[in-house]
Order: sequence, then structure tokens, then C-alpha cells
Amino acid sequence: MEKNKTRLVVIGNGMAGIRTLEELLKMSPDEYDITVFGAELQPNYNRILLSPVLSGEMEFQDTVLNDWSWYQEHHIKLHAGKTVSKIDRHRCVVETEDGLVVPYDRLLIATGSNPIILPVPGIHLSGVIAYRSIDDVEKMQAAAKVSKRAVVIGGGLLGLEAANGLALQGMEVAVVHLCDWPMERQLDKVGGGLLQEALEKRGLKFYLARQTEAILGMDKVRGLRFKDGEEIAADLVVMAAGIRPNIALAKAAGIHCERGIVVNDTMQTYDPKIYSVGECVQHRGQTYGLVAPLFEQAKVAANHLAEYGRMRYEGSSVSTKLKVTGIDLFSAGDFNAGPQDEELLLQDSARGVYKKLVLRDNKLRGAVMYGDTIDGPWYFQMLRDGTDVSEMREHILFGQVHLGDAGRGGAASVANMPDTAEVCGCNGVCKGAIVNAIVEKKLFTLEEVRAHTKASSSCGSCTGLVESILANTLGGDYSTKSSKQSICACTDATHEEIREAIPRQGLKTLPQLMQALDWKTPDGCHKCRPALNFYLLSAWPGEYQDDNASRFINERVHANIQKDGTYSVIPRIWGGVTSPAELRSIADIADKYQVPTVKITGGQRIDLLGVSKENLPKMWGDMVAAGFVSGHAYGKSLRTVKTCVGAEWCRFGTQDSTGLGIKVEKMTWGSWTPHKFKIAVSGCPRNCAEATIKDFGVVCVDSGYEIHVGGNGGIKVRVTDFLCKVATEEEVMEYCGAFMQVYREEAHYLDRTAPWIERVGLAYVKQRVVEDAAGRAELYARFLESQRYSQDDPWKERAHGKDAHEYAPLATIA
Amino acid sequence: MNWIQIGKLDDIPRQGSRTVNTATGEIALFRSLSDEVFALDNRCPHKGGPLAQGIVHGQRVTCPLHSWVIELETGAAVAPDVGCAHRHDIKVESGIVFIKLKA
Repeated sequence: MEKNKTRLVVIGNGMAGIRTLEELLKMSPDEYDITVFGAELQPNYNRILLSPVLSGEMEFQDTVLNDWSWYQEHHIKLHAGKTVSKIDRHRCVVETEDGLVVPYDRLLIATGSNPIILPVPGIHLSGVIAYRSIDDVEKMQAAAKVSKRAVVIGGGLLGLEAANGLALQGMEVAVVHLCDWPMERQLDKVGGGLLQEALEKRGLKFYLARQTEAILGMDKVRGLRFKDGEEIAADLVVMAAGIRPNIALAKAAGIHCERGIVVNDTMQTYDPKIYSVGECVQHRGQTYGLVAPLFEQAKVAANHLAEYGRMRYEGSSVSTKLKVTGIDLFSAGDFNAGPQDEELLLQDSARGVYKKLVLRDNKLRGAVMYGDTIDGPWYFQMLRDGTDVSEMREHILFGQVHLGDAGRGGAASVANMPDTAEVCGCNGVCKGAIVNAIVEKKLFTLEEVRAHTKASSSCGSCTGLVESILANTLGGDYSTKSSKQSICACTDATHEEIREAIPRQGLKTLPQLMQALDWKTPDGCHKCRPALNFYLLSAWPGEYQDDNASRFINERVHANIQKDGTYSVIPRIWGGVTSPAELRSIADIADKYQVPTVKITGGQRIDLLGVSKENLPKMWGDMVAAGFVSGHAYGKSLRTVKTCVGAEWCRFGTQDSTGLGIKVEKMTWGSWTPHKFKIAVSGCPRNCAEATIKDFGVVCVDSGYEIHVGGNGGIKVRVTDFLCKVATEEEVMEYCGAFMQVYREEAHYLDRTAPWIERVGLAYVKQRVVEDAAGRAELYARFLESQRYSQDDPWKERAHGKDAHEYAPLATIA
Repeated sequence: MNWIQIGKLDDIPRQGSRTVNTATGEIALFRSLSDEVFALDNRCPHKGGPLAQGIVHGQRVTCPLHSWVIELETGAAVAPDVGCAHRHDIKVESGIVFIKLKA
């Protein structure tokens, strides 16, 4: 006996409508009885990829997102090739052209847009084609075989892609455009000029600042005439003069429309039973013609159809990437500088590189990049985050400089990168493998690429490259990454929302937190549990009971797991200064447990490798007896304080760097942080302790102590930003504690200090730690308070039997 | 093959794991948040990592070496990863855990 399900009818079988269904089925697979009407005969396909189909780089089958079998599997009734002719809102039914009448409880209008057809004579001649569907593409391909001269009306994104595709099919192609340069919506005059030059080199001819008056011919098209009287020959004319939301059906049904179907933040029209998503929609005065906003809308609509009622669509900012092979072009935001805006420009004509950033109040408002677009996603993210870039001004145009790029530096042009180039060094994934996965598996996001290819899923240093490859392969704006990024798939909440909710709602345990924020899973996942555990720990020092089960193995057992399941043990050596007695103890312990490898670490300590899990508590007992505490070499915590010898011995030393380093380490050891935290103290500006690649680095100088923050050696080498100079050791301690505390309280879990500072801006950190003296004192006090509960040697506790179950098997069977 | 008594359910931490040594290797016993128990070979199908050291969530565990996610009920890796960890029968009676080793 079938329960009567709610009836959902979808008008439109395109990307926005079907994405809404995909999201809905994930959330509430059995709620609805779904019927879809699509005017086109094909199943749901990726319209953005029509350009590579036209140019012959892809087959239509590669663009299909959901094949017929998908509809069957999900019991969706699809009427392909049937056009809905009427929506009757009183009877709540839709009617098709051929007389089918289908009732609805909820209706989703996703009718997309129609290409603008110029109101000039001759548009009905044979050989005049729009560029919207796969049918149009097939007509163009057929025409290319018999025609010679193509004229594309419209020099925007779509028009240029059409022109390029036809040129690749061997036609002579000209582009007609109203404005003085192509792609004027995304590019300024210089950028547009560079693009035009590059396309002209490929044989395209441009007729700019021309308005078409008529299309000429008898049955077949033979040419165009402009308003100024000039005529040009053509036997194929492509209309790519823009798109208009397809609102005829909605309007006739009495639904309020302006340029598009007007919807609110929950994607509902004025009739609450009727939702709408995609290009046909107008939201807060905006219409969208790129894919990422549509996917965001789809998610919100699905959320409400599934009756979760939580999400709002607040509009999207978009970036654009031209999908023409071999041309790198990126544009985001508003790149037209107003009177109070500033422009930063980098132009290297010989290399064909042009970059422009528009700033207002030290924040990015727009970006245009030609030739070298690898930093596009980075600029776009800062634009959306509203990051204060004042401290980066001097080098922001040069992009995120990754010294640790593994020699990739020169290959900033993703478009020209060969398929065999290795993109991900950790997992050995080349460009070709990534592109194939994107096409074959219909991937749209960075997370999907990571899951299917492993590229950028380990250390993450190739993320920028992988994102650029995604953008290049998919064109338009591929990214569904909104600036509101949830911490994992278990929730829609962002890091900020969670951190803010914890004190406000007094959430003191993991289950309480997950329930209060409507977690989608009963107990989270390996991504969110450790993050939430840390957030609760830093919010309630002394009160929150640390959840062992939510700690990654290393932190749970207080040693570093190795590839064979043994562990490495690193006792703390304060400031890198040891003694013969300590060394003897370590040697004796290594002998006693027959440790296979003893190694000096970069953190100025000694590592015993190959220790079995069962031996850990006993070994720690010996370590504790010898006076050692845990080095915390395994944790998202304070790791080491490196030093170089200072005034105590060194002829160049300006201050007692080792003494200070030891004091700092004694204050900070045992603290838990969003990610590993490393400190160093150098005795003079020669900086032998490499303080300027540490999260917190001190360089002693004659007049005091320079404080540097946000450095990272390793995956993404980043030199510190200079914070300030202080006069006394006490001040160093205060600034250190305050900096660590604001990092602990505000950064996202798993952000090193470097990405955190780049996100919030150095100016913000300076304000909190340097300028606001009273605030700094409070932060320092909170840090010390937190340390009262954190600074317990975990080895000592476990040598005395704590968590014994972690180290011993439950049973042994013969 | 008979059911072998292993120990008390309470000896397995909730959302956690204990290991059992056998002649042919280690077996990992898992206890979910809702007290369901599972038994798998303590070897990740990827590169042999110790699944017992992973974080348990829902009815899954994430391998600590390279973060493969394994379904505890079947031992199968979660798509798109492909692979399977050997599973064993396990039951709890009156708070005592029994396993039956797969031959």
C-alpha cells in the first residue's frame, strides 16, 4: 500500500532544477513523488560544456550529468521533449502542449533563459542559429561542414567561445560586438585588448562598436548589414547576444516577475507553493548566468522543500573564467574603479600578462587577470571574505608566493600545462588524470576532485593548481564554494557560527553542541569531532572534559604513529639545551627497549623510533623518572621552542636567547592550539634559530626583542610578518601568551597561524595584540589561566596507568 | 568454529576500539555510540594501517594513516575508495563479548 507522497512537479530539466532534486534526494529521499518536464529531448546535461563539444574537444555523452537510468533509479517521472504550456495555480496543475494535465502540491520552475534574438529582419533565414542547446551545437557542426564564413553576433563570454569553436572546425569567423572591446562585462579596456589580440592571432576577425541592422539573404543567409551601412558576407550567423530569463510561463500564471521570476531568500515566488531556481530567477534584483550561484540556490530550495527550513540564499558574488583553450582569463567582482577606489596594476606585455586589482578601504572589490590567472581563486576568496589587505599591498599583485612549490613556479599557466605534468606530489596525480576525472565523473568541486583522484587531499600545497584546473576545465565559475563554508558534511554551520554558539548557548559537551546545532549525523565524523573538541576545550578551560574518542590517534596516545603501527617518542628538551645526564638517560632508555632508530629532530630534540604501543607506558615511566616530560611532538599544540646560543656564549649575541627560549617554553608547553605551534628565539639578526619561519619568532637585537608572527616552514613556506619590538623579556612573554590566546580563541581548527593571519589580516592581529594594551593583558591572563589546566604531563599520567586500555590488547587468542 | 569469549563490553570504550591478538594477526573490536559492536581485521585495505587506532563515528571508522573511511558492518571502504577489510562475527550476551573467527 503506497503512502500518498507529496507531489513535486519540476518544469525544466536543466542544471539548476536537477541539482535541486539531487540535493533534495540526499536530504529527504522518500518525501516526494517527482515529475520533471523538459523541453529538450536529451537527459540532464552540463550546458557549460557545450563549448568544448562545439570545438570538438568533447563528445555530448561526456556532458550528460544524469542519464535516463538516474531518473528510473529515483522513481522520477521524466517527460523529455514535452513543453509545459500552462500553470493553473487555482487547480494546482500544470498542462502540456499536447494536453497532459499533472497536479502538484509543490512546483519548481527552472525554465532557464532564452537566447536574445535581435529584432532585425532576416532572423528566420536558414543558417541563423542561436547558441543555447545541444541541438544548436549540432546544427552549427553540420553547417561548419558546408559553410565557409561564420559571423557571431555578440562578443561576450558565450560569443567568443562559439567563435573559437567554429574556428577550430575550420571556418573563417568574425565577431560582431556593440562595445569597443570584447567581454566588456568582465574585462576593462586593456584586458579586453589583450584578449582581442590573442584571438586575432588565431584568425578571428573583430567588428567592434558595430550594431547589426539586418541579416541579409533570400532563403539562406548570405551576410549582415550594420547601422553604418557596411555589409559583410556570411553563410552562418550565430546569435550570442545575451540571454533573457524565460518567464513567459510564470507571468501568464500571474506570478510576479520583473526581469526574472522574483523570489525571496528561500527561493519561493509570491505563491508559497511555487519555488524557482536558476537563470529564470531574479533575487534581490540580480539575475545570474553562471553556474555556481545556481547551485547555491538549488541547495537552499532543496532545504526548504525537504522542510528543514534553515537556509537562506543571500545572493552570490561571481568570478568568470573563459573557456577557450590556451587563453587564461579570470575576472571577479567589480573591476571598474570608482572615485574612492584604488587600482593596483601589473602589466608585462611581452609575457602577455595583465593583472588589475581594485581596492576600496583596503579591501578587494574586483580583479581582472589575463595570462597569469593562477591566483584568481585566492583573490576571489579575499574579495568574498572582505580581508583587509593593507599589509599585503606591496606584493599582492605577485600572488601567493609559494617558495615550497616543488619547482612548479614557472608553470603558472594552467591552460598550457601538459597532461603529463605532475600536479600533486604527495599522491602522484598528473593534470591529465584530474581533467579526465572531472569530465568522466562529472565533478564540480575541489572536494569531489580530492575524493576521486586524491589530488590535493594530503598536504594541500597544490590546492591552488587543482582549483585552477577545475576552473579551466569547467569554465564559467565552477566553484560551489561559497564564502560560508561549513566545517564538514555533517553540518551547514561554519567555524565562526560554532565558536560563537558555544558560549552564547552555554554548550559544554559534544552531544549538547551537536544537538543544539542540528548535526546531520548522530556523532559527527573524523573531521568535525576533533575540531569541536578543541573549540569546547578552548572555550571552557578547566570545565570541559576532553573527549578522548574525538582525538586523532597521536594525541590520544601521546606519541607519533608510524607507518607500521609502532610509535616515536620525543621527550621535551627545553630550548634545545640538554646535559650529559639527560643524554645518558635517553641512551639507556633506547638500549633498554631496543629502539631501532635514534634521530635528532629539526625541533632540537631526540626521537626514539619504532617503539611498540605496549611499551609506551613503561618507557614513559622511565622517562618521567629521568626528569623528562612529553615533547608533544605529535599534537595540535605547542611543539618546540628552538634557540640559538645568544649572549651566554656567542660573540654576536645581543640577548640571552637560550634563557628566554627556555622561559617561553616553560610557559607555553602543554597548550592545545588550532594547529601545531612552533616558536624560536634567535640571539641576533643573523637569526640562526630561523625565528622568521615560526608561528611566533623572536629576534633579539641590541635594544630589545623583535617579535615576528605567522611564519610557516614546510608545506607552504611563509616568512613571518613583523609585529612589533619590545624592550624586556617580560613583554616577550606577555605578547607571546596574548598572540597564542587570540589564535586559540579565533582561528579555525587546522589553520596554521599563516593562513589565519592571511584571512583576518595582519592589521587586525596588530590591533588586538599590539595596540590594545588592556586587551592584550586580558588575553595573556586567559592564556595563563588555561595553562593551569593544560600543563599536565600526559606521560606521567599514563605511566601511572591512565588510559591503560589504549595500550594493551583486550585479549589474546591462541 | 565456536564463539570465543573475549571480555566485557564495558572494556571497549564507547566510540572506540580494543584489539585482540590472534595467531594470524590482530583483530579490532569496535563499539559505536549506540553500543553496537563490530569486529574487523586490524588492517586497512589501503596500506595495512591499524584501524583500531582510528576515530569511530556513526558505524564507521577512519583509518589513522591516510584517512580511508571503513564501514564497520561490512569492512568495505566508503566510495570512491575501493577495498575491504576482513570482518568477523561478534555478539554481546549479558554484557560479555564473543567473537567467531572467520576461517
